[in-house]
Amino acid sequence: MLEAQSARYGEKAIEGLLAVCAILSVLTTTGIVLSLIGPTIGFFEVVPIGDFLFGSDWTPQFEPPGFGVLAIVVGTLSVTLWGMLFAIPVGLGAAIYLSEYARPRVRRTVKPVLEILAGIPTVAIGFFAVSFILPEVIQPLWPGEFLGGAEGRPFMALAAGLGIGLMIVPIIASISEDAMSAVPRGLREGAYALGATRAKVAVRVVFPAALSGIAASIVLAISRAIGETMIVVLAAGSTPNATFNPVEAIQAMTAYIATTATGDISTGSLDYKSVFAVGTVLFLMTLAMNVLSIRLVRRYREVYE
Amino acid sequence: MSPRNRLAAAGARATTRAMLRDQPRGDVIRNAAFAGLLLLAVLIALAGLFALIVQAFAKGSSALSPDLLTNPPSTAFPDKAGFRPAIGGSLELIAGVILFVVPVGIGAALYLEEYANEERWWNRLIEVNIQNLAAVPSIIYGILGLAFVVRGPLDLGFILAAGSMTLALLVLPMVIIAAREAIRAVPDSIRQGSLALGATRWQTIRRQVLPASIPGIATGVILAVSRALGETAPLLLVGATVFVTFDPTPFGADGYSALPVQIFNYAVRPQEEFQALAAAGIIVMLAVLLAMNSFAIWLRNRYEQRW
Repeated sequence: MLEAQSARYGEKAIEGLLAVCAILSVLTTTGIVLSLIGPTIGFFEVVPIGDFLFGSDWTPQFEPPGFGVLAIVVGTLSVTLWGMLFAIPVGLGAAIYLSEYARPRVRRTVKPVLEILAGIPTVAIGFFAVSFILPEVIQPLWPGEFLGGAEGRPFMALAAGLGIGLMIVPIIASISEDAMSAVPRGLREGAYALGATRAKVAVRVVFPAALSGIAASIVLAISRAIGETMIVVLAAGSTPNATFNPVEAIQAMTAYIATTATGDISTGSLDYKSVFAVGTVLFLMTLAMNVLSIRLVRRYREVYE
Repeated sequence: MSPRNRLAAAGARATTRAMLRDQPRGDVIRNAAFAGLLLLAVLIALAGLFALIVQAFAKGSSALSPDLLTNPPSTAFPDKAGFRPAIGGSLELIAGVILFVVPVGIGAALYLEEYANEERWWNRLIEVNIQNLAAVPSIIYGILGLAFVVRGPLDLGFILAAGSMTLALLVLPMVIIAAREAIRAVPDSIRQGSLALGATRWQTIRRQVLPASIPGIATGVILAVSRALGETAPLLLVGATVFVTFDPTPFGADGYSALPVQIFNYAVRPQEEFQALAAAGIIVMLAVLLAMNSFAIWLRNRYEQRW
């Protein structure tokens, strides 16, 4: 065996330094958890945890204040629902088109354009939602007084939902397209040889074979939708409202955090602590989605790569 | 081709055509309808992007002028208001992000790709942890910045450097993931060749692996920086106050602003003039981001190596 002539301490020091860089990412997670836990516990010393989790009156500025988180959780879920109803068909349609129908040239042009859409700051999408989607798309098309009517409303869960939908279409399209492209050619050729049409190959062969990747893209998109802030702040309003009615103004969890924790909020106040309690709920919801999505991606990688 | 083969090929072709013609009508129609729906989905997504850009120009072109870049914001004189301190703030924030994210991101990626033994549980933990961090909502990073950097352990106060650190932590996972992919794309034969010639592990990384993966890493860094540039929500929590009329400094205690935060502040004002200012700011921001992303794509295509 060859022996190194020196102990090479420098090499070990470098490895250690690089490991510190990697560990820093774990410290970030630890930091997030620690910064959430302290004030959240302080919050539950004042507000009973049952009132927080199962109450649906979110009125922090009233006396006595109401901290029923369901009001803003439902707000978030409502916006997410409308966003997904738009983004799932559009995103999956685009993914199937790009992977199964588009010619290579079309694909090379459309994919980067969708990537540009993914890179647009959400404050721009929020502005677009409140100043275009709401007055120029939803209000003219809304059927009269259905669900209370859309006229004259400055904020609306549906407008924010469509803005969020636009934001997550590229996520669904790009991850699903990757998963479908990873399906081996042989499966498609087998189906064609048996006389299947293109549509049948796409729907009955490629789609099921790529299902775990597609599911991962949707779960990740839900996580993004739940955590999105600027679009809901600009377009959905700031009225805590436990309703799934798409034309009502609502307040999302992220919007509560963003509008409460700005400026000179004093550190020990109940408002300050409530921000962290809501942050904890938000973090746990997205964490569950992210872990699920990571597992799903791993599964399709194992099968085909 | 012999006459026999030609005859056989012609026969096969005719049979295939006949079979295709005799496809059930329903199948043909359904196939066409399905393709039409898919195309519609693509067109809707593209139309959304197109409408967003057109609408920004329609609303903001009246406010587009060089003053926009050189004048401070103002609530009293919207026709003279601009983005100067916000643009300066954004540039300083981004400079801080780059200073932090480039060494730490590349370092973490090198450790995970070149040193870490994937069988060990702690290395797998780091990996899952980074994947999760990439999808943690940006406002949670704002909470982290507020509790850990602005107050708490670091206690820096509401200064620009705190905002910069928050944004850096936010985009770090993106940089690590992109850098790992670039490093993984360097074939093992390059490393083995270098090691066989007597280079140490670090010499191999420094002289072979890093130079070969720089284009991919640079692409990832540019995309991460453009994300940081457009991020608004976490900055609201770590003190990017919306009305700053002077040029911010990294450690100044008087506050700072950033381009997207200033856009947000104009956007929530209902008056027509401020809406125009918000749209004009969006045009400026989109132009910068588009330039950065195009550069990243160009970089990837120009220097990408096929092994």
